[in-house]
Amino acid sequence: MTRLSVAKTYKLYIGGKFPRSESGHTYEVTTPQGAFLANASLASRKDARDAVVAARSAFPGYAGLTSYNRGQILYRIAEVLEGRRDQFVQEILESEGVGAGPAGKQVDEAIDVWVWYAGFADKYAQIVGNGNPVSGPYFNLSTPDPTGVVVAVSPQGLTGTSLLGISAVLAPIITSGNTAVVLSHFSQPRSAISFAEVLATSDVPSGVVNILTGDPAVIMPWMASHADVNALDLAGGSDGDWVAWQQAAAETLKRVVPPTTGIPGRSLDAITAFVETKTVWHTKALG
Amino acid sequence: MTFLDYAPAPESTSILNLKPSYGLFIGGEFVDGGGSSFASISPSTEKTITTVAEATEADVDRAVKAARVAYDTTWSKMSGSERGKYLFRIARIVQERTRELAVAESMDNGKPIRETRDVDIPLVAAWFFYYAGWADKLEYAGLGPNPQSLGVAAQIVPWNFPLLMLAWKIAPALAAGNTVVLKPAETTPLTALLFAEICQQAQLPAGVVNIITGAGATGAAMVAHPDINKLAFTGSTPVGRQIASTLAGTNTKVTLELGGKGANIIFDDAAIDQAIEGIISGIFFNQGHVCCAGSRLLVQENIHDDVVNRLQNRLATLRLGDPLDKNTDIGAVNSKAQLQRITELVNVGEGEGATRWSSPCAIPEKGFWFAPTVFTDVHTSHRIAREEIFGPVLSVLTFRTPEEAIAKANNSPYGLSAGIWTEKASRMLAVADKLRAGVIWANTFNKFDPASPFGGYQESGYGREGGRHGLAAYLNSSDWKAGSRS
Repeated sequence: MTRLSVAKTYKLYIGGKFPRSESGHTYEVTTPQGAFLANASLASRKDARDAVVAARSAFPGYAGLTSYNRGQILYRIAEVLEGRRDQFVQEILESEGVGAGPAGKQVDEAIDVWVWYAGFADKYAQIVGNGNPVSGPYFNLSTPDPTGVVVAVSPQGLTGTSLLGISAVLAPIITSGNTAVVLSHFSQPRSAISFAEVLATSDVPSGVVNILTGDPAVIMPWMASHADVNALDLAGGSDGDWVAWQQAAAETLKRVVPPTTGIPGRSLDAITAFVETKTVWHTKALG
Repeated sequence: MTFLDYAPAPESTSILNLKPSYGLFIGGEFVDGGGSSFASISPSTEKTITTVAEATEADVDRAVKAARVAYDTTWSKMSGSERGKYLFRIARIVQERTRELAVAESMDNGKPIRETRDVDIPLVAAWFFYYAGWADKLEYAGLGPNPQSLGVAAQIVPWNFPLLMLAWKIAPALAAGNTVVLKPAETTPLTALLFAEICQQAQLPAGVVNIITGAGATGAAMVAHPDINKLAFTGSTPVGRQIASTLAGTNTKVTLELGGKGANIIFDDAAIDQAIEGIISGIFFNQGHVCCAGSRLLVQENIHDDVVNRLQNRLATLRLGDPLDKNTDIGAVNSKAQLQRITELVNVGEGEGATRWSSPCAIPEKGFWFAPTVFTDVHTSHRIAREEIFGPVLSVLTFRTPEEAIAKANNSPYGLSAGIWTEKASRMLAVADKLRAGVIWANTFNKFDPASPFGGYQESGYGREGGRHGLAAYLNSSDWKAGSRS
């Protein structure tokens, strides 16, 4: 007799907890052939606002950690992800219509993205900051500082990228100490929620990363106009009304990174897109 | 005469050789504008200094075309070292004509000659000298081995530091290999037009720098022009929002230096006499027309009365009057409109219950003036504690602990500047870490240098001007491709 498997309930990830959507709405997730896989939570405006509150609350503490500590937190994500490699491969096989080779490669690349950014956490400031030789008796230093709460749209539309996409967008945002609300791949959200389980069981403080499954077209207008959001990463926004989102973001002068084609590559620019340069002057005197 | 009365010591205006009217500087020469001309007046006398042309949409297009031709045919093909030599030339000519520029700036803007002579114009020369040296070293700017210029930069500058803001914009743009169309503010066009003459004296190739005059409509036409690659704006946050919205969805790179409501934090262990001078330089420098002004004084509760007393005593000795007088500390407010805005917010402050003190100085009959003013009993919810006044008005609030000071300082949608006064270096650094502001002055205030990046967090705008970071605002990194992310 075959055993009946225990199916997972896919929920949102907000403030370190896994709530259902307050709206009660779900949407059906299927295989590319249309077979039922799961009912995912359809995040609402209220869920999105709750996620921003969680991200804002987590920001001072997370930004205040040492860079070494943040590097270890990111590395720990890679460790836990590696340990659950088979689970992610299996989910991708079911959801994304790709073979075992590409599925395994996607998970491996996602793990390596986390390792790459983990190693940058305590170095990027040395590259983008510097002392300034001003004309006067002053110590003068420019250093990067995280922008704040960043809302990101994972790459959409493509298939075979759901875990790598969310990793490539999220890792550079939290490397510098920002906190994030990230929208998963809309039609293939399972990897993102399983990834939330990785975050919940690694060392990432609650609220630093919040993951929503749902329609970017519904959620992003609220995020773009939200006064407590500092920046938008519209990586996966190209199929949406992203110019209108950018216009709404202008009202509070958010930093906005426009949509990208494909998966964003690893780069220093991806980190510095969401940092501010802070310059401190101090007088020099012997007495 | 008591010992505090000084005999008048006005700087002579004979050094100026102004024309009765100026056209637009497009393609290397002065041409007539399509719009009507308007007067630039001296805010201290209300007399007309000269008249300037108003650039129409067609004029904007003409200027952008001139800049495009100069970019395609000359400037983008020239070696960095040759570009740099033009900038060094400009720096030297600014130094040679320093006194003339200082007098013109004081007349047109209303700020004291002491400031234009000792701060504005020397910094203009320094800015060109600093960026001149970058022109042939762009591969060392941290943007990869072969960073690329952007093309045509449209630049809009405000009236508070007219020529200095021009230098902040033009020097890095040209060093990076871009050509520019710059519009000075409608109330302070004079030194930008003199700068056009300096470009001619430096034999800068025609069209590399174009200066067009006009008001908001001219600026809007620049922002909306389809052939610009870069927009750099310094001015108010509402206009910054409009610009960001207009340029949403385009590939135009944007730098915005907007408003601020800087907190100047005084701890009880600070060197109080120095802090008093710093508070004054923080909010009464340039009549408070400074986006990074320390307009919110956060003073530790136990020294509040002492600090306010000493501050009022010191402020009463400041001399307000003729901007061209070498003894003047406080000049004229730049325009009638700005004076009305300051007056309105000060009335609101009184209405909301804050206690007003204004320096008992004599106010000249002609011109636009506002006596240095300090508000005490200010609450964080008061409009004078939240809105940028852009005038010589200080709002005093108190705190008990460093944590409270940080929370109050950060309680603003802006994030441009902050000040910290303490003799304890460890506390200074810990507080600086937590302040959400782009420029933090510790035991000093309102210091500027071409090597030092300047710019804000949040609604104070984005991008940096000055230093290596300021160069990045006018370049694409080596691996940049059209449609890519940064």
